[in-house]
Amino acid sequence: MVTKDVLYKLVVFLATVGIAVGLVPIMTIVERRVAAFIQNRWGPNRVGPWGLLQPVADGIKAFFKEEFVPARADRLLHFIAPMLVFVPPAIGFAVIPWGNQIGSVKLQAVNLNIGVLFMMSVLSIAVYGLAIGGWASNNKWSLLGGLRASAQLISYELTLGLAILVAIMMAESVDPQVIVAKQTRGILSWNVFGGGNLLALPCGLLGILLLYTAALAENNRLPFDLPECEQELVGGYHTEYSSMKFAMFFMGEYVAMVNMSAIVTMLYLGGWYFPGITNPADHSWLGGILSVGVFMAKTFAILFVYVWIRWTFPRFKYNQLMNLGWKGLLPLSLANVALLAVVGVFTGGKP
Amino acid sequence: MEPLTRTPLEVEEETTGDLGARHMVVNFGPQHPATHGTLRNIIELDGEKILKLDSEIGFLHSGFEKISEYRSYNQSVVVSDRMNYLSPLNNNIALAQAVEEMMGIQVTPRCAAIRVVLAELSRIADHIIVVGLQGMDLGAFSVMLWTFIEREKLYDIFENVTGARLTTSYTRIGGLMRDVPKDFEEMIRAVMGRLESTVREVEYMLDENPIFVNRTRGVGALSAQESISFGLTGPILRAAGVPYDIRKVRPYLGYEQYEFEVPTEKEGDCYARYRVRCREMIQSLKIIDQALKKMPSGPVGVSDPRIVIPVKNEENRPSGGMEGLIYHFKNFMHGHGVRPPKGEVYVPTEAPNGELGYYLISDGTERPYRWRVRGPSFYNYQAFARLCEGHMLSDTVAILSSLNIIAGELDR
Repeated sequence: MVTKDVLYKLVVFLATVGIAVGLVPIMTIVERRVAAFIQNRWGPNRVGPWGLLQPVADGIKAFFKEEFVPARADRLLHFIAPMLVFVPPAIGFAVIPWGNQIGSVKLQAVNLNIGVLFMMSVLSIAVYGLAIGGWASNNKWSLLGGLRASAQLISYELTLGLAILVAIMMAESVDPQVIVAKQTRGILSWNVFGGGNLLALPCGLLGILLLYTAALAENNRLPFDLPECEQELVGGYHTEYSSMKFAMFFMGEYVAMVNMSAIVTMLYLGGWYFPGITNPADHSWLGGILSVGVFMAKTFAILFVYVWIRWTFPRFKYNQLMNLGWKGLLPLSLANVALLAVVGVFTGGKP
Repeated sequence: MEPLTRTPLEVEEETTGDLGARHMVVNFGPQHPATHGTLRNIIELDGEKILKLDSEIGFLHSGFEKISEYRSYNQSVVVSDRMNYLSPLNNNIALAQAVEEMMGIQVTPRCAAIRVVLAELSRIADHIIVVGLQGMDLGAFSVMLWTFIEREKLYDIFENVTGARLTTSYTRIGGLMRDVPKDFEEMIRAVMGRLESTVREVEYMLDENPIFVNRTRGVGALSAQESISFGLTGPILRAAGVPYDIRKVRPYLGYEQYEFEVPTEKEGDCYARYRVRCREMIQSLKIIDQALKKMPSGPVGVSDPRIVIPVKNEENRPSGGMEGLIYHFKNFMHGHGVRPPKGEVYVPTEAPNGELGYYLISDGTERPYRWRVRGPSFYNYQAFARLCEGHMLSDTVAILSSLNIIAGELDR
């Protein structure tokens, strides 16, 4: 039944896009309410029950705003930049397995055997959006923001790649399905705990720490939000953006955050697996839905830490950021990969 | 107007003939989120490094000094609290102190104690916001909102006492607008505990936060010698290790009776300024506690009907006794009321951001001949360009918020 398979595939694909984009409004309201909680205030609580419709109001507002392009700006690039920021993270979500399979359908939009590599290559496109947006605005503050963004993203991509490499080495595969499947043998088989090899435990812990730090920098979140820091660069690369173009930048940031959290969950925290709740052999509807719930819970836990960090820490300075990236995190992540390799050799070639 | 056909970059290219290795010139303000107020700085950047910084002031010039030359002394109290909008009560008190010194008036003990309490509360209201802003400008946004809650509590007290949150206008020459409400002490005691715990919370959040320390340690450092030669005062000077505090050096309002320390730090950088402010808030709480404990009773105004309008009672009720009506009337008549003798006076007081002095010249009439303010912001801001030299662009915001520049006072 080819048509049935295609239909299933289509449903899963649409659901994936829905999750990637649908989590954004949820995330904005979560962020604002959590921020309000940290800061002893109420946050948005007027639109709809408990303020839950606030993102809708925000979206409508963004639509009705005047779309402004500065004089002498490069109109074409100014137009393209927000898309370059928004689309790649949304595409990257396609290879993430966000649940156990139901029947014979795998809950993953595209079952790609080089999924992790595909994801990394897609994610690295986003930097062009920021750099182009900063350049095309014909504004010095935007330009500075774009410069900072490109330097920062390129620097931290190395750490990000090496931290992902640790998980790949543990799973001995770049296929997301395999990476998750290998982590479904109990909680100690999660890559964060060494992927079933207790000697590799330090590598796993350091790996997730490095991955998460790099993820913060990749997503321009505090303490690494230099490209858009309001107090210094007015608005950074999106100073000259308004209306839906600004909303695209804004949503792009959140989609990237959701995507990054999903990657951390998938690579290090066992994906949709949690002992006692989900069973890898259970391909029923209930098991599938539970596995999706587990995956979402883990993703949201990581997103919560994003928010928590943002409203707690001050931000770095540009040179401190570069020092940390090149002199701190990069050697550390290289050492981590080397350590894991050594551990692998001494434990029979299988880290 | 000529239509915009070329970008500034192109104009610059035509005039300099070079678009290669050039420095970028940016306008930091007057419309910039980090310049608290309308300050303009023209910054020449080499990448992110500051090569040159030019400050331009005058965007908030309101002619306060000139306005006050056309007002009686009591009327210009209203002008004084518009200048430093973070600590209006200190400005009210400083003006009253200057005029009283010129006239040789000794305020009543109760008036002095109330002024001390309010001045210290106002100092805390200023410092707690500046500490919060120092955090906010470095990205720690939550700290600012925590401190804003405490300032709201303080503003509630000000509103109960003076009738206004910001435009307090509470002092009168020789006294106060009116006595404090009956629950003055309970109100303040209720806030004092909160304040101390908030200060501790902020310290817990920032003191040893490696990012905050890295961003502020050694940033905008100035030696004691240089600070003095720039004419810096207040927490900025004390952060450089000079224990100069008008409350100790030239006590007024009976500050010599209170036990408190003058906190100093050695480094003179942004972190030291932050520490000095935090420690000063604790000292201010000590002063308030002492002043409340021995709050004298009695009238708040001096008993001279030519200076302070008499209390309205049966004998001198304007509608009742003729004598009382005349006394009331004369206070507000042209050529009557507060008239200091011919001469001039300069009276410094310790405002939250430095030495706030009023220099008044009287020609014997009810209006000042010259009304000049030594606003600490004006002197402190001079050092800004020097402090930013050789730092990164990100440091300007850290330095600016640590200086506590109030544009209203800077431009007057």
